[in-house]
Amino acid sequence: MTEVGSPRLRSEDARLVTGRTRWTDNMTPAGTLHVAYLRSPIAHARITRVDTEPAKGRPGVVAVLSGADLADEQGSLPCAWVVTEDMRLPEHPPMAVDEVRYVGEPVACVVARDPYAAVDALEEIDVDYEPLPAVVDMEAALEEGADLVHEGLGTNSSYTWVFENGDVDAALRDAPVLIERRYVQQRLIPTAMEPRSVLCVPEGDEFTLYSSTQIPHILRLMLATVTGVPEHRLRVVAPDVGGGFGSKLQVYGEEVIALLLARRLGRPVKWTESRSEGNMTVHHGRDQIQRLTLAAERDGRLRGIKVELLADMGAYLMLVTPGIPLLGAFMYSGVYKMDAYSLTCTGVFTTKMPTDAYRGAGRPEATFAIERLMDELAAELDLDPVEVRRRNWIRHEEFPYDTVAGLTYDSGDYESATERALELFAYDKLRAEQADRRERRDPVQLGIGVSVFTEMCGLAPSRVLGSLSYGAGGWEHASVRVLPSGKVEVVTGTSPHGQGHETAWAQITADRLGVPFEDVRVLHGDTAVSHKGMDTYGSRSLAVGGVALYSACEKVVDKARKVAAHLLEASEQDLEFSGGRFSVRGVEQEGRTIQEVATAAFAAHDLPDGVEPSLDSDATFDPENFSFPHGTHLCAAEVDTETGMVRLRSYVALDDVGKVVNPVIVEGQVHGGLAQGIAQALFEEAVYDAEGNLTTTTMADYLIPTAADLPEFVTERTETPATTNPLGVKGVGEAGTIASTPAVVNAIVDALRPYGVRDVPMPCTPERVWRALRDESPPDLAEPGAGGGLGSAGGAR
Amino acid sequence: MPRIRVEVDGSSYEDDVEPRLLLVHYLRDRLGKVGTPVGCDTTNCGACTVLMDGLSVKSCSVLAVQADGREVTTVEGLRAGHPMQRAFHEEHALQCGYCTPGMIMASIDLLRENADPSEDEIRDGLEGNLCRCTGYQNIVRAVRRAATEMRRPASEEVTS
Repeated sequence: MTEVGSPRLRSEDARLVTGRTRWTDNMTPAGTLHVAYLRSPIAHARITRVDTEPAKGRPGVVAVLSGADLADEQGSLPCAWVVTEDMRLPEHPPMAVDEVRYVGEPVACVVARDPYAAVDALEEIDVDYEPLPAVVDMEAALEEGADLVHEGLGTNSSYTWVFENGDVDAALRDAPVLIERRYVQQRLIPTAMEPRSVLCVPEGDEFTLYSSTQIPHILRLMLATVTGVPEHRLRVVAPDVGGGFGSKLQVYGEEVIALLLARRLGRPVKWTESRSEGNMTVHHGRDQIQRLTLAAERDGRLRGIKVELLADMGAYLMLVTPGIPLLGAFMYSGVYKMDAYSLTCTGVFTTKMPTDAYRGAGRPEATFAIERLMDELAAELDLDPVEVRRRNWIRHEEFPYDTVAGLTYDSGDYESATERALELFAYDKLRAEQADRRERRDPVQLGIGVSVFTEMCGLAPSRVLGSLSYGAGGWEHASVRVLPSGKVEVVTGTSPHGQGHETAWAQITADRLGVPFEDVRVLHGDTAVSHKGMDTYGSRSLAVGGVALYSACEKVVDKARKVAAHLLEASEQDLEFSGGRFSVRGVEQEGRTIQEVATAAFAAHDLPDGVEPSLDSDATFDPENFSFPHGTHLCAAEVDTETGMVRLRSYVALDDVGKVVNPVIVEGQVHGGLAQGIAQALFEEAVYDAEGNLTTTTMADYLIPTAADLPEFVTERTETPATTNPLGVKGVGEAGTIASTPAVVNAIVDALRPYGVRDVPMPCTPERVWRALRDESPPDLAEPGAGGGLGSAGGAR
Repeated sequence: MPRIRVEVDGSSYEDDVEPRLLLVHYLRDRLGKVGTPVGCDTTNCGACTVLMDGLSVKSCSVLAVQADGREVTTVEGLRAGHPMQRAFHEEHALQCGYCTPGMIMASIDLLRENADPSEDEIRDGLEGNLCRCTGYQNIVRAVRRAATEMRRPASEEVTS
């Protein structure tokens, strides 16, 4: 059976459905001490005094430490992406020493024999704050004389990054059609279901740090750099990890402090966050203001786009904070051809939790912008939104295509994907129903949202990362160990936390080596086992790590071929390898299975000259280009013009993620991605009040969707293989999230366009929809419905 | 400290507990039943759902003392290859798996109340259990599959 492409059910599930899991918080070695943090209740303040003495006397308390107590050893949390030479990069102590700059910033910690005792003792720590002004609004933060987040920097601007290709001013000048818009990408909280947890176990001067992280390899290097614990004395393990969505692509202060405490106290130290703590202190996502100008001809053909971005960094720059908007900077032309593009992005400090990667990271924002603008252009020209896209997109015969944003899209077929999506959606029928509802002035209007998207993923070509001043490469590593019995262990540098690599990597291996799926075990997430890797984020695992594994398998086969040829007394050229067996061409009964060859290579009694024992192999893959999944998503939304309530009636996701290793896993990734993208459109927003207090600290306030909030999705795929890797794969982790947000908002705006509504700010809550209807609907536009339906909605102020 | 007697997954326990100790912490920290995870601190996520005397409860909002004299079933106590566990696997109704124990226990209780729920009834019934990975579609399929499965052989066994 060919494994790659088959809907194999996941091997991970057995432990997950029975509760026999290894979450970090499940581990409590004997003698473990528990940490609790006292966090700043004020957005911005000078710390004038911290008195830890009373807390030290509480029963069960082993240590109480303030930032000052750790100042000599805690270092500064790393930022690996210095996006411009003059980027302002403030010090970021894991625990605040002199000043706090966001609500939730750690100020002191208690270490105690059980978590309850640790939390109790927090109340006995006395901190004096001298309040400083909160800086909450990005635009205000850049004004002359604005209050500063970092006094010493003299400004709230971290950097301004510029990209230009073609003459945008000329493209905009005298353009027959100009669409100018300001969109806000609200701040989001990633909300992986497993809260963060870290356990650090000392053994002499060596440490094993377990963490709920996406990046054990990067974390080890960064912890060594920050704390001075030598890299070879530190082992980092990501055991079972309950989701990440970018939020665990980070080096958190609590991880650094766990290591420092374990070093200081010589005992295992564990900290697990509460959800309320996590909402405040897990890095947030998005939070950009986009000023956009799209220039087009009267026939709808695009001339160019000008983008001015403000990106909220929060109070500090964390691991890749400043680079996130840049990951979107190359996507503002979307799937379209145009001649001119410019982007200016300013990173702004505010007294809020730092932002960083959240599913899609920069690309959802860019895709939202261009796909919303395309709908606005269609409306302006009175064209069908699909038609205006068709007039501009890159046709399938034009690939590879160099975009105005400086990327080379290797492949794609937007025509086929769109055609199939329209068919599945019953587009014409829904348009007819929409017309009918408009005609009838139905209080519940129907809107149709289109999103034709692509994304760059498979992060990333090391050369490109270098040219963007990123601190590391983007290659990935895999080893294959063929054990003496012929069973196989695969070691991968990727670090799955829900993506199913244990299954998918075994499928790839089973095919390449011709061994049964059940004979392959995939090892990951432990730097002592997988000594090098770049971990899991940016839809990179399959497109980079899977390809490294493919190469490692090829190396095994190449070596096995040498050994087999020797054993069979034949020349390598005369050997065939099929179904896991080498045989001499024309003499099929003469042969050796790869397992037999593995045993022979292990025994090493009779190896050809110069061939070392064992078939084990090692490979890295560094992609020459990003991969570019694409697709067409269509959303039908019913909008109640009287209540503002939005109901998603149907959703079609037609994705092209290239070749697929496991269609079950791919479909699941699309579903989950859709849920998160839809959630940005309809439900989620991290809200800070004017004083810089986060008011959405619980799951009762920060609304991730429930089962009852989402529709049944229709998903299907076209398959245009990537041309830049031998598996033809592109990556699927972020596609659904990137595509769906604009599809939903386009549907809502489409429903309300007869009322004069041109935008509804996200999340499109009933209140916001209702207000958009009342604020933006001039009564005269409601002409046909005067006296009822459309008219009454428009007139009621 | 009050003393409680609880039966958890078929074994009896007797322990002195602080009155404020949450059932989920009792299960995890005192009994080592770490198969039941904690996902929030406001009773919203449902990851910690267990059955108490056969009814689903969020074990983060039950005190250990409230479980005195009761029978608690966690995901670890389901009989091997429970149809709901199988259905979650077969329908790919989990990705990271963190919400899964609670989702499975809540689904079992849902089917106790309604042996043949519609898609909408499942979606409404599981509103108290949050999943961030799956978009719920495959969870709904899994519950429907398990419902079919559980209506069949189990009822025959009971009546025979």
